[in-house]
Amino acid sequence: MTSENLTTNEELIQPKTRPQWGRIFVWGALAVLLAIVGLALLRNQQGPVQIGKPAPDFSLTTFEGEPISLESLSGKVVLLNFWASWCKPCEQEAADLEEAWRFYKPRGDVAFVGIDWTDTEPNAMEYLAKFDITYPNGPDLGTRISQAYRTTGVPETYIIDKQGNLRYIKISPFLSIQEIYNIIDPLLTNP
Amino acid sequence: MRNIRLSWIFLALVLAAILISIPGQPGQAQENPPRPIDEISDNEVNAIAKQLYCPVCENIPLDVCPTQACAEWRELIRLRISEGWSADRIKEYFAQQYGERVLAAPPARGLNWLVYIIPPLIILAGAYVLYRAFKSWKTSTPQTTEGTLSAEPALDQDEYASRLEEELKKLES
Repeated sequence: MTSENLTTNEELIQPKTRPQWGRIFVWGALAVLLAIVGLALLRNQQGPVQIGKPAPDFSLTTFEGEPISLESLSGKVVLLNFWASWCKPCEQEAADLEEAWRFYKPRGDVAFVGIDWTDTEPNAMEYLAKFDITYPNGPDLGTRISQAYRTTGVPETYIIDKQGNLRYIKISPFLSIQEIYNIIDPLLTNP
Repeated sequence: MRNIRLSWIFLALVLAAILISIPGQPGQAQENPPRPIDEISDNEVNAIAKQLYCPVCENIPLDVCPTQACAEWRELIRLRISEGWSADRIKEYFAQQYGERVLAAPPARGLNWLVYIIPPLIILAGAYVLYRAFKSWKTSTPQTTEGTLSAEPALDQDEYASRLEEELKKLES
């Protein structure tokens, strides 16, 4: 009994010199977790991509299987339209977008790209046929492009100048074809 | 020494919890024979739809989502079932098309690991803290009583007690 007590007392008297790895690990893990959560919150709170800044690059494969990227369209004014077949407001602007595309297509320095957001392919194809849309369209696989542009829904249109900078954001359907001309024309004459 | 052993036990428990919590990796998806689309019941569709979330609305399972878009996605599930696709393949297709956020249970890779590791880790850490706390309360109680009786260190007290015992033995003999 006495020897046992002596050992206990010796243990109590001896100062703890070894580092407390358990505590270091817990605090370290907590710090990492908070950093991850903080970064995620910061990312979520970011607003839309800024006008005047380089537009985020993207690549998609059209419904016809043709690959398109923003890089491959450099030197052209690009109209990037996010849409979905289930989106009723998208239908309001569909005909105007197609008409504008047919107007600019012969010039060769304007590109229209439709990005089909969270849609089903059969319905998307039906929509494209219904509005006789001829400019390239493709699905936003994994919603990567909409995340890069931090879209808030559909329809949304991003217009990029010949230098690859974002020049205009439209977060609602175009109300007339003239509205589209009014945005694109100045970018062609004063690039 | 005892603390080191406890740490190892704790570490083993953590690893066991992690291994248990890892969801089974989908193996080769079992394909089914194609069937006419009319034969696919709503229950069959909803059994898969409830494992998915609406990609557009926030936090609404696909089987109960009332929007037109969700109705179209449920019809897509019906179509895929009729083509003989397995549930795993349909879920994989949805994740590829609309992102992993549509999955009710995110796949255990990348940062998703945190979802599976942190909760059991916190529970085990809590259990360990409670164990340590109970243990310290248990051991500290008799020491406090002794401390109130005498301000002398326990070592001296023990020497005194042993000497007293020796004297008593001498007296008895």
